[in-house]
Amino acid sequence: MVTDRSKLGFYLLLSPLLLWLVTLIILPHIGLFAVSMSEKVGVREYETGFGNYAVFFNEPLYWRTFARTAFMSILTTVLTLLLGFPIAYYIAKLTRGRTKTTLFLMCLIPFWVSELVRTFGWMILLRETGVLSNFLQYTGILSEPVEFLYNDAAIMVGLVYTSILFMIVPLVTTLDSLDDSLIEAGYDLGGSGFSILREIVIPHAMPGIVSGCIVVFMLSLGNYLTPILLGGKDSLWFTGLIYTQFITRFNWELGSAFGFLLLGLSSAVVFLGLKLSRQSLSDTMGR
Amino acid sequence: MKLGLVATSALIAALSTTAVSAETLRLLTWGGYAPEDVIALFEEETGHTVEVTTSNNEEMIAKLRATNGGGFDLAQPSQDRITSAQEEFGIYKPIDMSRVDAAQIIPSMLEATATNTTFDGAVFGLPHVWGTSGLIVNTAKAAQVTDYVDLCDASVAGSVSYRLKRPTLIGFAFSMGLDPFAAYADADAYKGILDQVEAKLTECKPNVKTYWDGGDEIQNLLRSGEVVAAMAWDTGGWQLNADNADITFVAPKAGALGWIDTFVLPSRGRADDAAYDWINFVMRPDIASMITNTAGNFTAAVNGDSEVSAELKARYQGSFDQAAIDNIKWYPPVPAGLEALEGATLDRVNAAK
Repeated sequence: MVTDRSKLGFYLLLSPLLLWLVTLIILPHIGLFAVSMSEKVGVREYETGFGNYAVFFNEPLYWRTFARTAFMSILTTVLTLLLGFPIAYYIAKLTRGRTKTTLFLMCLIPFWVSELVRTFGWMILLRETGVLSNFLQYTGILSEPVEFLYNDAAIMVGLVYTSILFMIVPLVTTLDSLDDSLIEAGYDLGGSGFSILREIVIPHAMPGIVSGCIVVFMLSLGNYLTPILLGGKDSLWFTGLIYTQFITRFNWELGSAFGFLLLGLSSAVVFLGLKLSRQSLSDTMGR
Repeated sequence: MKLGLVATSALIAALSTTAVSAETLRLLTWGGYAPEDVIALFEEETGHTVEVTTSNNEEMIAKLRATNGGGFDLAQPSQDRITSAQEEFGIYKPIDMSRVDAAQIIPSMLEATATNTTFDGAVFGLPHVWGTSGLIVNTAKAAQVTDYVDLCDASVAGSVSYRLKRPTLIGFAFSMGLDPFAAYADADAYKGILDQVEAKLTECKPNVKTYWDGGDEIQNLLRSGEVVAAMAWDTGGWQLNADNADITFVAPKAGALGWIDTFVLPSRGRADDAAYDWINFVMRPDIASMITNTAGNFTAAVNGDSEVSAELKARYQGSFDQAAIDNIKWYPPVPAGLEALEGATLDRVNAAK
């Protein structure tokens, strides 16, 4: 009786998760896969095959766009880590009590407005008649307006800003759990600031770094708004390609194939990253 | 007993007629085509309620395709995009002309739209709003821009914008002395034209500040002076002209591109009565004038310009003399499959460095 009841409880608790997984993730993906396997040969005529996947590899434009997207996402991840680590370290180790809460809250506040509003904010700052350009002219550094928008650097700024919170939160959590006495012991044993960072802090924070990196990489790779709005004419982003295939080209078959390729290739990049940093997914998630 | 049955069925019939006569019209349209005041008048007069979703040509087709023609009761794609979508996806149902007050619609436009939207012998579209794409030019800074290819001129480098969509391909082709509409039926000839346009647009890319996406975006760029010449809709130019007399719409030498937005019935729409009521309502001269005053474009309604503001008429006449009107290139129906060719061209232009 007891085991039956506990089993029932187990299944009841599991059911929301299963419902979520099956109806919102697994079923749509099966449908998407079926669509991606149908090649269009004529009006309302379809054949089953891998033709749509072949298009990706045969047309340099598409895989180059993917490579560009992946490369820029990796760059975003590295920049976010370099910027986020000192901030997280400061919040976790050098502040106490109310200051700590306030600082943490200040990182959170920009995320209370939607991503669209934040991106428009950057557009107001960076455009030719925008705040930054006007300020530099006012101070005499520039003699005429300069366009800061519509280039790769603007995309980078937007992506780092959008995703830095997702790097800081896991880093603060792992750094919080590092015992201060370990750092003190390091200094007592004659370690320099750099060697302590390398030997004690980073190894301890590694799970946080890895999980932060995975999240930031995936968010950047899957971002649509920021690259399109800030990138302008150079805003080639893989998600943008998927959008145009679905919406403006009415080519759902190719769009679905691109969706699956994005899923597969990004998983491969994450797997490679884990292997290179000698971390395992269970270590990262388990701690 | 018998009386009771009759009374009950009469009651049910009465109830169901009231239910039918007051419906919710889910309208899929463009920004400005269903102003608040028009909706209020319509709801007061007919008892229907209206839910508006604003969109564009591609999104309308994509939305209706996703639901197999459900979710909306009336949509307004351009007349050249109807037969191909119907052929590929079967998302519309034919118009029942007996329920339309055809006397309210300009006969030549009604007929032209009917011809262009006929598929398998049935008519799918009624004309509503028409307008053109051409050039919006800041005449104080870039008066030399009079044709699409002038956007690639070195004198306006970095201050130019256009969309990365099919009208741009068509406009540039005409401006280069080609006739894309004549090549619609011949995929190979059309491909040849697209290749030439692709080379031109790739060469032109350094001139472009950004490819605009929405009407508000391009108005913003022109108003701030960051862009001095752009390929865009006539109405945007006239709206800007109201704020800044230097900026206006210019009909290009090669010809403005003429479009007609239509009424179509999605195949699984539920409120056909409300849809026909709406069509007959907005084609009334007074209502058509109200829509022209907000949308900025003229309608296919007979006497639809009677109450249009004098400023708007003046701006329209300033942009179009009789020769420019005669030179408008009206879009013929796009054959199914052509968009795939254009899409590949646009992708390559987007990727070009």
